[in-house]
Parts: sequence; structure tokens; C-alpha cells
Amino acid sequence: MAEVNLTNVCKSYGADVALDDVTMTIPDGSFVVLLGPTGAGKTTTLRMVSGLDKPENGRISIGGRDMDGLTPAQRDVAMVFQQYSLYPHLTVRQNLEFPLKSPILKTPADEMKRQVSEVAEVLQISHKLDNKATDLSGGEMQRVSIGRALVRNPSVFLMDEPLSSLDAKLRSDLRIELKSIQANSGATLLYVTHDQIEAMTMATHIGVLDRGKLVQFGAPRDIYENPVSVYAASRLGQPRINVLPADVFGGAPDGAVTIGLRPEQIMQGEGEDSLVQRIERLGDQTRLHLSFKDHALITVTDAHTTLKDGDTVKIRPQNPFYFDAVGARLT
Amino acid sequence: MAQIRIENVRKEFGSFTAVQSSSFTIEDGEFFMLLGPSGCGKTTTLRMMAGLELPTSGEIYIDGDEVGQKPASQRDIAFVFQMFALYPHMNVRKNISYPLVSQGMPKAQVKKKVSEIAEILGITHMLDRPVGGLSGGDRQRVALGRAIVRDPKAFFMDEPLGALDAEFREHMSQELRALHDRMGATTVYVTHDQLEAMQMGDKIVVMNHGVVEQFGVPQDIYDWPATKFVAQFIGSPPMNFLDFNGMVSKDTDSVDLGGVHMSIPKMRQGANGDLTFGIRPEHIRFDDSADYHGRVIATEYLGTTQIVVLGTPNGVIKARIAASVNVTIGETIGLAFHPRTVSLFDAISGKALLSEANEGVLGRG
Repeated sequence: MAEVNLTNVCKSYGADVALDDVTMTIPDGSFVVLLGPTGAGKTTTLRMVSGLDKPENGRISIGGRDMDGLTPAQRDVAMVFQQYSLYPHLTVRQNLEFPLKSPILKTPADEMKRQVSEVAEVLQISHKLDNKATDLSGGEMQRVSIGRALVRNPSVFLMDEPLSSLDAKLRSDLRIELKSIQANSGATLLYVTHDQIEAMTMATHIGVLDRGKLVQFGAPRDIYENPVSVYAASRLGQPRINVLPADVFGGAPDGAVTIGLRPEQIMQGEGEDSLVQRIERLGDQTRLHLSFKDHALITVTDAHTTLKDGDTVKIRPQNPFYFDAVGARLT
Repeated sequence: MAQIRIENVRKEFGSFTAVQSSSFTIEDGEFFMLLGPSGCGKTTTLRMMAGLELPTSGEIYIDGDEVGQKPASQRDIAFVFQMFALYPHMNVRKNISYPLVSQGMPKAQVKKKVSEIAEILGITHMLDRPVGGLSGGDRQRVALGRAIVRDPKAFFMDEPLGALDAEFREHMSQELRALHDRMGATTVYVTHDQLEAMQMGDKIVVMNHGVVEQFGVPQDIYDWPATKFVAQFIGSPPMNFLDFNGMVSKDTDSVDLGGVHMSIPKMRQGANGDLTFGIRPEHIRFDDSADYHGRVIATEYLGTTQIVVLGTPNGVIKARIAASVNVTIGETIGLAFHPRTVSLFDAISGKALLSEANEGVLGRG
């Protein structure tokens, strides 16, 4: 297992800047999730670390070893992609053994057997070891491709949206599984997603990327409770943070241009009147779509609220965030 | 606009039954969701309503007229697909006008109609642009415009947001719902996403294996699922199931769960044997004085709340509690279940047992 360092990494594709001076330390044994919308630079970062792509500027090291000029095979990393690519003519066992048979590793047969059964156990696919890879469900196939990365026991795991093609139930099961595999094995894991639930629930650290720049790096709770900008604040939280003109409630500090309010930062029953535009019942909670001085905002209330469209609710901010003209957080 | 009534509709493809005899009514102006996993028969049901597929048996009424065996062209409905197809060589205005022009509507009238629709959809400024350069969202608005412009009796949509990424989907779903509220058109919408169904729908039909499992307003379905399937399919995380073997008699208001006395809503029917105690994650409270215990296996931080995964004598369950509560993996916690929210199921048939709490929703049949 190893620490990964990116120092001043830049990459462009033609006129498009994919990564703009990214410096980041992925601590040994951490589960780092890169979060951002399409085009933020998440996958590019992963490809730089894996060696599938080369930075134009900057350095990448894994476990203190400079990666410049090393091929993916020489870097001792394992990748898992969104689209599982298994060998269809081989069994699950043979698929899992395959990386161990590489000329670099040349694992002895009994050792190989032990590792495969260990990994199969962890991923709960022991009973399917002798099935053809193509006889599996989508979730099982993805577990096998994760397993194929696990058996190699690499310095770093790199995963690019490995759960996004699975259905909701399986995704939530595998989230917990992946998290516990990582925690128990102490592996270093760099993981790309645009799903904030995955980021929040699995990561020890989240790296928020915005158009090629790393704008915040920290524990999920830090980023949620202490975002550096409107952009970072908007990455996490459902419903999304409300952003309104700073002076709409009065009492904004100097330099504040917008006020940011998560549902828990809106106190209901006190303050000024807002109008209920729409009630959205999600079962476990009910969302209130409010109109406040011509601004729309969304907050959460009790699932069985008796409020209805057209009612008024008093609201006031409670420990809100304030942001300046460029969206940076004022503290 | 229109009321749509489905009566005993059934569809077979060879020896495979895609839709078992199904009945439900979509009221005029409703936003109606057909929800279920892939292969459940929801798209087949929609296609039968649209006339793209003819039912093997049963009747379909649109505004009282039986249309079951009529082709799509005679039903006056508009269909919006997941992959919105636009004419690439035409600009936005021409794409939207096309259905009217091909009906032979006078030019001046077409122009007026198109500007009205463009206004509703907020695309007036792009009417003269080619569709090639539009973003995904704008393309979808144009596709909607082309469906709306004909003033059909109803809109049918088959996972229209399925191809969009999560953030944008959320935005478009709000927009679609707001558009529906402005126009009041009967809309039937197919999705496999339970959150989308809860968020957008006035009513939901939940289907599984070609069978209608439950039909009703979203909050009722969430609170009082008719079957274990519905309880698991709706809600994230889904309803927790604690399996036990025992007997409940009519009028009882407690069960014995792993030797612990649990209060439940007063039962309206009795049952015996393999039963399931169902409780939603947000209805579990941590209570040091409770006799029922769980051991913390994992936690998932979600910002406002957290999901705590617990091992109990009756299986693994998930509780949703405030993120501010400190929870340590491995610790044992007393668990209290909000008695008014408990559902009991027959573990074999999967059907909910009637109680004073759910009879208002399920008792109707």
C-alpha cells in the first residue's frame, strides 16, 4: 500500500485544459473520491496516476517512487472501469486467476488458489467460481472485475465509476462492501464518481474538482459543513443548497453577495413569511418549494406535514454561509 | 384532456405474459407514474394505452371511448421517448411546427401556436437556431414542444429523463412537473426510478412481473405498502424486514420479536407462521432503555442524516438518524420502533396484513 502524490500536474487536450496545476496527496490507506460534473477532470486525474496518460507538466509519485516514464504495468496499480470487461470464455475462477498468472507475478498454484478463494469470500461470489463469466448478473460481473483488481494486491486501486451501471439496490449494497473491503485491507483507493451519495458514504477524503482545478480536499463532513465556495457547497447535499442574494434576509456581512442555505440552515416557524408553491412528498421526508420575496427555495420538513400549496411558512436563516462576488466563502 | 381507464387488460407475447389482468384509472389532468423494475410490464402497459401494442384481452377507455383495438393514430395522444428524435436538418421552429403544418393548419395560426408553446417552454430565443447545436436539455424542450403543440388528449412518456446525468435529471424533472401544472394535461410517465415517481407523481402504479402490486398516491404507498415487493422497491434505503415465526390474532396490538414485546398497530386480521415485521429506516429511534438491541456494522454519512447499519437478532437493518449523533462501529444500541408505523407481512405470500393503521389505504381492495 502506498501514498500517492500529484505535484503541479497539468494536462490539455488541444485547446481544452483538462487539469490545471493539480497538487494533491492521497494518504496511504485512504479512500479518496474525486467529485465533479462531466468535464471536471476526474477521469483525467485517474488516467495520469494509472499511466494511461502522461501529464504535460508536474510530477506523480506512488509510495515515494517517481512515476515519470513508467508504464501502467510498472506502476503496480489496478484499475476497475464502469464497464466490466471480463474474459467471456473463462470461468469466474480463471478470470480471477488471470492477473496472478502474469509473467511479472508468476504466482505458485497453491498461493493462487488461496488468494482467489479469499477474494471470492470477501465479494460473496464463492458459489459462482466455476460459472462462466457470462452466466453472471451485472452486479456479479462487476464484483468479479473488482475481485480481479483485489487479487493483485496492488499499491493503489483506481476505480472509474465502477457502480454507475448497476441498479439502485445493488449499488447501495456494493457501496457498503467496497467501503469495508478498503477499510479492512488498508488499501489506498482513488475513486471517480459524479454521484454525491457514493462520495459522501465511502470517502475518507473528497477532492472537489472544477474545470480542471482542485478546489477543495477534505473529509466529507468538512466539505459539507465547511465548503470553501458556492461550487463546493453545491456538490454535496440533497436537496441542493439554496443560493439567494445576500441581503434578502438582512444582516449580511460586508462583501457578501450571496447567502447559502441548506435545509438545516433554514429555521421554520420564525422570521418572515414565505409562500408554499409546491409540496413534494418523498416518503421519508417532504420537500417544501417556497417562494420568498420572489426567490425560489427548497427545504425539507416533516413527512406528514399538513402544509399545502398556497400556505405561508415563516422562515429565517440559521448559521448560513455567505459568499463573495466570485463565489468564495466569507468567514 | 382526458380520463384513461384500464380494465382487465392483459398482454401475452407467445407463451410469455407481459401484463397480467390489470385495472386502474387515470383521472383527467393527473400526472400518473407507471413504476417498476425492468421487465415488469410498465412499458408494455403504456404502449397498449398508446395503441403501439394491442392488448390480448381487456378494454382501454379514453374519455369513455373504448380504444383498445384502435391504432395509435386514432387515439390523439403524444408520445415522448427516452431518446428524443428531432429532425436534424430543420431549425427549432420548423421542428415544433411540423406536426401542425402536416395537418394543414394555416400559416398564421401555426406561427401563433408555436410562439405560445415556445413561451411556455422558455425557448423563444432559440426558435431560429438549428437543432444540431443545442444542449441535451434544450433538445428535450424542443421534443416536448413538438408533442405539446398538437394539443393531444394526453402525454405518454417512456423514461424521458433516463439518458440524462443525475444533476440535470433533477432539474428537468422539476421543469416537467411545473410544465404539467401550468398546462394541466393528463400525463402518463414510465420510470424505474422510485424517487422520480415519488417526486413527480400524483398517483403511482407499482408493477412487478406483469402484476399491479399497488395503486395510489405516493405517500400512502410509501407509508402502507400492500406487499413486501412495494416496501422494498420504494424508499432508499428500503423498508427493513425483520423475519420471525409466530402468531398474531385479530385485535392484538403487539408481537413477540426475538423475546421482546413490540407494540404494533391493532390488527384487523390474524396470521400464523412465517411473518415479517416491516419498519422504515426513519422510524427507528436509538433508545438506551429499549429491550431490543442492534450492533453497529457500518455508518453512511449523508450530510443532514446518516444511515446506521445494525445487526439484530432478526437480521440486518438500516436506521436513518441525525448526522449529529455519534455512532461507533461495534457498539450495541437499544432500538425503539415507532409503533404506529409498523407493517406486518405474511412472509410467504408477501402480502401486508390489515391493521387499523393501513386499512384506510389497503382496505379498499
